[in-house]
Amino acid sequence: MASLDRVKVLVLGDSGVGKSSLVHLLCQNQVLGNPSWTVGCSVDVRVHDYKEGTPEEKAYYIELWDVGGSVGSASSVKSTRAVFYNSVNGIILVHDLTNKKSSQNLYRWSLEALNRDLVPTGVLVTNGDYDREQFADNQIPLLVIGTKLDQIHETKRHEVLTRTAFLAEDFIAEEINLVIEKRYFLRESNQIPGFPDRKRFGGGPLKNLHYD
Amino acid sequence: MSFLIDSSIMITSQILFFGFGWLFFMRQLFKDYEVRQYVVQVIFSVTFAFSCTMFELIIFEILGVLNSSSRYFHWKMNLCVILLILVFMVPFYIGYFIVSNIRLLHKQRLLFSCLLWLTFMYFFWKLGDPFPILSPKHGILSIEQLISRVGVIGVTLMALLSGFGAVNCPYTYMSYFLRNVTDTDILALERRLLQTMDMIISKKKRMAMARRTMFQKGEVHNRPSGFWGMIKSVTASAPGSENLTLIQQEVDALEELSRQLFLETADLYATKERIEYSKTFKGKYFNFLGYFFSIYCVWKIFMATINIVFDRVGKTDPVTRGIEITVNYLGIQFDVKFWSQHISFILVGIIIVTSIRGLLITLTKFFYAISSSKSSNVIVLLLAQIMGMYFVSSVLLIRMSMPVEYRTIITEVLGELQFNFYHRWFDVIFLVSALSSILFLYLAHKQAPEKHMAP
Repeated sequence: MASLDRVKVLVLGDSGVGKSSLVHLLCQNQVLGNPSWTVGCSVDVRVHDYKEGTPEEKAYYIELWDVGGSVGSASSVKSTRAVFYNSVNGIILVHDLTNKKSSQNLYRWSLEALNRDLVPTGVLVTNGDYDREQFADNQIPLLVIGTKLDQIHETKRHEVLTRTAFLAEDFIAEEINLVIEKRYFLRESNQIPGFPDRKRFGGGPLKNLHYD
Repeated sequence: MSFLIDSSIMITSQILFFGFGWLFFMRQLFKDYEVRQYVVQVIFSVTFAFSCTMFELIIFEILGVLNSSSRYFHWKMNLCVILLILVFMVPFYIGYFIVSNIRLLHKQRLLFSCLLWLTFMYFFWKLGDPFPILSPKHGILSIEQLISRVGVIGVTLMALLSGFGAVNCPYTYMSYFLRNVTDTDILALERRLLQTMDMIISKKKRMAMARRTMFQKGEVHNRPSGFWGMIKSVTASAPGSENLTLIQQEVDALEELSRQLFLETADLYATKERIEYSKTFKGKYFNFLGYFFSIYCVWKIFMATINIVFDRVGKTDPVTRGIEITVNYLGIQFDVKFWSQHISFILVGIIIVTSIRGLLITLTKFFYAISSSKSSNVIVLLLAQIMGMYFVSSVLLIRMSMPVEYRTIITEVLGELQFNFYHRWFDVIFLVSALSSILFLYLAHKQAPEKHMAP
């Protein structure tokens, strides 16, 4: 059954932002009942029809590698995690819309995954300074997902969404904001309601995919 | 007038300590998390501030700074506030945050946290019964009752930490205990990890493909409705779904294996880093310190055993005894009063600073190891509680290291506690903790090499 081609996508983000729930939702079409800590890395697979409906339709296995841990882990844990970052086709960065720190940490996550070190500059770089140069020559498509939109009060939503729009721009990434609700049961595997703008998952990362 | 000046000095220093605790919280403990509940931060900083003030008052006692009566007043007030925090506020908030985490009880948070607090108070009270700490002269809510119980818990904690620390310190410092880890070992383990991940992926691919084909053939695995549906599901159970559960079980086992391999690999990387570190100059220095500390640790265990076996509690403090020895045996004459004051100040100061620093470092390490974004509030409050109790019992025990003339204020304020009991209790728990740490580390050390070095 491994006759289909595979696409490896990393799912990165701080502890507790909802990576495991997201992966479970995408692959099993069910909401994860009791999320617990991810130790190491957990993988799940989804079969996706690329360019569905056209003559060039092709089915791919999308492997979602959900890497657990925090960005401030000990360097031994980081070295162990690095073994999962080989030959990656796409990266999904997940952050919690109710938690500003998790958005700021995305920068460090992406650097860790792309295997670059922080460039020492003369100016003191605060957490809010993204260096676009780091991502200029990046060939791996990035997708930024913000979770727990429903936990933000109506009035503050606009402000939060503008902030995250800037974030996505800095990464030169596509952006989706999510609500993952409990007790939501899906019948169709190809439709995933819960995306406010109805963007299907495969749209982002596979857009720029040059597959050999 | 002088009382006002003294009070303002005290309050300024308290504000300083509060600021330090606040900074420590923001920069060290919570640097990877978002602080949403300012209550937690305030409580932590307040506990820290009042604990440090107690130590400050001891130093002032030795140096003779400030008016004696105002010192006494501040001692009493400080003690009341700290007890209030440790017995009433922090446990209540711990209960409140635990209850907030549980979805079911969200509506009646306050009620359940009050219940939790009452349970805590009950056990806290029962704690005092088996110990011969107090004469029954005093009322229920007096300072002595509360302090005696807080003291017992705090002394137990101190002894546990000291015992473990005394054994662990040489174990980590000395490179004699480092296992030999080569790059090939790490690579081999990583290969196994990736192989396991590949196996998990291939099984999941089969499951995903099977589900997709089942779906495309129009079989839906919802609950079949009606009577006929149930009969159908019994007789014509899709072979696919049975297969799926079997594969799912295999996947679960493989995932458990992958987690174990991940943790072992991280362990190997950490050991390799320690080996590299031990080759540097700093590493060699710590290695030497490790030998020194191991001798100190053995000596302490020996002394604790002697204390218990011969039922002996030291009457004089080390400073006076040291001075006596120098005066009597070495014949050096000097002004005893003057020097004893300064030397005890230095000694007590060192003890205080190292214990605060050691505690904060241990708390930070512990916090990083076990907290997550959900439980961080509860854990910080638990740490504040431990810190407060630890400092209160430090004050109890530090009395032994001070010359008699400075002990009066502690004895006055804390009333008729049986101080000797606390020292004996400390020795017992220290011994137990040190010996069990030795056993534990020995077992862990023996077990580890066989896991990794096997082909």
